[in-house]
Amino acid sequence: METKKIATRDGFGEAIVELGKENKDILVVDIDIGKSCKTGAFRKELPEQYLNVGIAEQNGAGVAAGLATCGKIPFVVTYAAFGSMRICEMIRQEICYPHLNVKIACSHGGVTPANDGASHQAIEDMGIMRTLPNMTVIMPADYYAAKALVKAAAAFDGPVYLRFTRDAIPVIYDENETFEIGKAKTLREGGDVAIIANGDTVRLAIEAAKVLADKGIQARVLDMHTIKPLDQEAVTACIDEIGRIVTVEDHNILNGLGSAVCEVAAELGKGKVKRLGIQDQFGQSAPYERLLAMNGVTVENIVAQAEALIG
Amino acid sequence: MDQKELTALKNTATELRIRVIDMIWKAQSGHPGGSLSVADFVTACYFRYMNLRPEEPRWPDRDRFVLSKGHVCPAQYAALAMKGFFPLEVLDTLRKEGSPLQGHPSMTKCPGIDISTGSLGQGLACGVGMALAGKLDHKDYRVFCAVGDGECNEGEIWEACGTAYKYKLDNLIVFVDWNNLQLDGTCEEIMPPISLAKKFEAFGFEVYECDGNDMAQLVEVMDKALASKNGLPKCIVGKTVKGKGVSYMENVCSWHGTAPNDAQYKQAMEELNALYIKEEA
Repeated sequence: METKKIATRDGFGEAIVELGKENKDILVVDIDIGKSCKTGAFRKELPEQYLNVGIAEQNGAGVAAGLATCGKIPFVVTYAAFGSMRICEMIRQEICYPHLNVKIACSHGGVTPANDGASHQAIEDMGIMRTLPNMTVIMPADYYAAKALVKAAAAFDGPVYLRFTRDAIPVIYDENETFEIGKAKTLREGGDVAIIANGDTVRLAIEAAKVLADKGIQARVLDMHTIKPLDQEAVTACIDEIGRIVTVEDHNILNGLGSAVCEVAAELGKGKVKRLGIQDQFGQSAPYERLLAMNGVTVENIVAQAEALIG
Repeated sequence: MDQKELTALKNTATELRIRVIDMIWKAQSGHPGGSLSVADFVTACYFRYMNLRPEEPRWPDRDRFVLSKGHVCPAQYAALAMKGFFPLEVLDTLRKEGSPLQGHPSMTKCPGIDISTGSLGQGLACGVGMALAGKLDHKDYRVFCAVGDGECNEGEIWEACGTAYKYKLDNLIVFVDWNNLQLDGTCEEIMPPISLAKKFEAFGFEVYECDGNDMAQLVEVMDKALASKNGLPKCIVGKTVKGKGVSYMENVCSWHGTAPNDAQYKQAMEELNALYIKEEA
């Protein structure tokens, strides 16, 4: 049976319309890439709540901050590369420092803008956002997770960075699945190795666990959709109960999910962690799956690394 | 405005300047030059124009003040204290550990600060967001925003202007504190501004020019700008003197971010106190 595939940016586009209809203070601040970021329906159905500030990301962040001081809940919508790096300091100064209720909602996370090349692939964004005090950092693993976590972010009072995929990825959750910010989802139980993934790589972790199971190795699989605040309890449990962790992410292995998990392991002084992700190198124009493969982010490599950890 | 009101406003500006120098001297840290150049605009806003409730700093219908050039916050702190947002004694804690009066304004720490600023170029966009929220909610409040001439080197200022024009924010009034000195030298030397008035006009603003340290002129143009409800955002390019009111600071670049020593403080106090205009008998 063919698995249903939908880009998580579509989940955002649908959720934001539902939210906007429920609450007139929910606004979209577009930066002239609304069509790519799936705010078209919002623009059409809720024109009074729709703003487009042109190709001016810095201004978009500042305008959103000003709106938030007046009780609005603006979603600044752009690509991950720009929403994290071009406006990093505006987010820090005008959104995180005053703890304003602004959401930065970014499509084109990781290497999913594959054919666009390195300029548009965001491999550093979550790490950068993670270092900002007061910031919450989320990447949903599928369409339903995206819808649910966008709603959770809207209900949460404070800055949130949300990252979606450009490309379609398999649907792994049921539409009624519930999500809590900062709480990992355990997708499979196992005591031999833990695979902690987020975003578009969760599907790879699930597949790898199936392959491992066929080999008699039971893997615990976690969807760490929120990398900040990290679910310390879930990571600690993996370290205490299993002691071997493979992290998988569509992000630089520096400062993302893998680093966050290593921080917990290092402070506990135990546990072995192998990080899979983008190998601290820029991408290129190429098919999405090829870009992941070039960096060892494949089912086969997750299996191999898990086996290597078990020894 | 009659002469009596004008005199009172001028004397309030003098008191504000005295408090600025006093707090920077006590802190032995801060930015006196720009605080003194913007002092008349800050005084006019807080003591003539802004609808505020000091006992309810986050009153939703209040007028907003955005100090985009956040380093001159001693001027705003003095105004807030004089308006009763917090006790005057708090001014003595400027830049000290635990103080609500941070080196650059923090909206979470200091009552009456509408947005945290300090990183140049960012405040105007925030002011645009506030003015936009006012339009969306059909509220009458105005947003007053002070930007520096050097600060206009920042590209985000001009991005924000585009949004102000697009959304017809005639509830936004921007004051450019044109003191012609940046940190490293004169504006012409560091980055020639050509004409800030023409630039703002080209970006769709209704522009007024005046001597930004002449209270009568300032009030005259602000009255006009606030009365003009034609959908255009307003800009006042105010020609000012950095360090205005303290002779040895005036037009001297090095007073951008230096605190006076005891002897300099004494002289400044004498000069500023001499500026008070005595009421007619």
